[in-house]
Amino acid sequence: MSITETTTRAKTAKEQTSVAVEKAWSMPDWAITTVSLVVLIGLWQAAAPFIDPLFGSYPSQIFSSFLVMMESGTLAKAFWQSIQPFFAGYLLAALIGVPAGLLLGRYRVAEAALGIYVMAGYATPLIALVPLLMVWFGLGFAVKMVIIFLLAFFPICINTWVGVKAVPKTLVEVGTAFCAPQSRIMRQIVLPATLPYIMAGLRLAIGKAVIAMIIAEFLTAISGLGGIIINAANSFRTAEMFVPIICVMILAVVLDRLVAWLERKVAPWQSEIAGEHA
Amino acid sequence: MAHVELLNVSKTFALKVKGVQRHARALDSLSFNVDKGEIVALAGPSGCGKTTALRIIMGLENASSGSVKVAGRQIAGCGFDRGMVFQHAELLPWRSAVENIKFGLEMKNLPQKEIDERAERFLNLVGLGHAKDHRPHQLSGGMKQRVGIARALAIDPEVLLMDEPFGALDSQTRETLQMELLDIHQRTGKTVIFVTHDLDEAVLLADRVVVMVGGHLREIIPIELERPRSDMRLIRSASEFARKRTMIWEALHEPAKPHELAA
Ligand SMILES: Nc1ncnc2c1ncn2[C@@H]1O[C@H](COP(=O)(O)OP(=O)(O)O)[C@@H](O)[C@H]1O
Ligand SMILES: [Mg+2]
Repeated sequence: MSITETTTRAKTAKEQTSVAVEKAWSMPDWAITTVSLVVLIGLWQAAAPFIDPLFGSYPSQIFSSFLVMMESGTLAKAFWQSIQPFFAGYLLAALIGVPAGLLLGRYRVAEAALGIYVMAGYATPLIALVPLLMVWFGLGFAVKMVIIFLLAFFPICINTWVGVKAVPKTLVEVGTAFCAPQSRIMRQIVLPATLPYIMAGLRLAIGKAVIAMIIAEFLTAISGLGGIIINAANSFRTAEMFVPIICVMILAVVLDRLVAWLERKVAPWQSEIAGEHA
Repeated sequence: MAHVELLNVSKTFALKVKGVQRHARALDSLSFNVDKGEIVALAGPSGCGKTTALRIIMGLENASSGSVKVAGRQIAGCGFDRGMVFQHAELLPWRSAVENIKFGLEMKNLPQKEIDERAERFLNLVGLGHAKDHRPHQLSGGMKQRVGIARALAIDPEVLLMDEPFGALDSQTRETLQMELLDIHQRTGKTVIFVTHDLDEAVLLADRVVVMVGGHLREIIPIELERPRSDMRLIRSASEFARKRTMIWEALHEPAKPHELAA
């Protein structure tokens, strides 16, 4: 084989791989994600013979548990129980956290007077307060909502606050130069300029709120998806335990996608400017 | 009566350098007048206080001492009598070209119908009718600056303040915009104060050039070129053009005068 032949061969091989790579790159995101999920679930299922049903579970077993729980209605009931305080707490956190962050970022006095509490609240392991919160709010809906609110509030508020701080001074000056009153500078310049940060805060808060929801259901009146987890775990029904865990994961991912979609709706310029993938 | 009057305007910035409190004198007793309908250029090396002077006239910055009058009245902060064109356009990224032009009009609380009508008119005035709904990141540098100019003009200010408006553009775009500015000035008769470090631009556009060095006024040089200055080639080859360009250059390179060293 001559040298030229070898190099030509090598070249075609290389070209072929690069075409293949390009094809993989041109796959839509959802397809890549689906492939990834199928591979993961497949591997997990393949490992089934080695899994002791007491200490673990595998997809087909979890799925049959899921069907049983759907049939009896326990899953739907638990989901509904969980989701109510979840949304109440989360929405309240957004409703209060965003304006609070805007004020902290924009007004020096607010920042100096209240910033320290927000930082402290964020740094404190709020779960430590649960026993006290139970004394105040009881064991039911209210305490769950408060726990979820507390964990979701701080990332939303702090992200908004940081976002306001990052608004270019020059943009605010455009408002000043055109005689905009403070309230309109806030609404028409600071708020839109901060939206990407607010959205990031809302996404971070979803994770926090989901944790808060499960922990609240563990520690206060046992109920909802967290309740199923604890009861199933206590009686070693491991497959049954996985069902609500996976439900919670799906819930978190769906909500995250929802906020990401919302971000593209309310701040379309942002995704056009930033975030180009390699 | 002068339209814009600066009298002994000084500005000292307090700034921290490596934790040590320092003072920087950006402007030292700057005085000059601008007549109605006149174009005055502030020229000088980087850091000589041109932007600071313009920001004080706009009301974005307070002078440490001295006074600024517009149409005979002492200014207090910003006002719709002055319109600012920023060095880097500073468009609001979430607003389209036409919405950016509307910004000042909205702040002026005009009726919606008039806002729409005026924004459209000024969009077309700067030749951007085709890019009406483009967002800033979809516009070239020159187009952004055009929107910035339209935004300032739309509120119908008496004085247009421009901070190196063409400084960041390529030379061809810059020339086009310079001609457009001359044309707009010819048609509207606005008083214009613009900052530049480009001597050609100063001579080309201005009636008078205020030469600044180190926060001081060095010299005010009148440019006796006929208006309208619509033929770029004719102006550039005029002997007055070369003469004044040299005069400004010399003013900039003179050794500092005793009173300038005081600060
Ligand atoms: N906000 C500020 N704080 C401290 N110093 C400043 C500030 N703005 C401008 N200066 C200083 O004032 C001087 C004049 O600046 P500037 O007006 O921007 O000059 P020019 O526009 O002519 O380049 C410079 O020495 C600059 O460092
Ligand atoms: Mg400058």
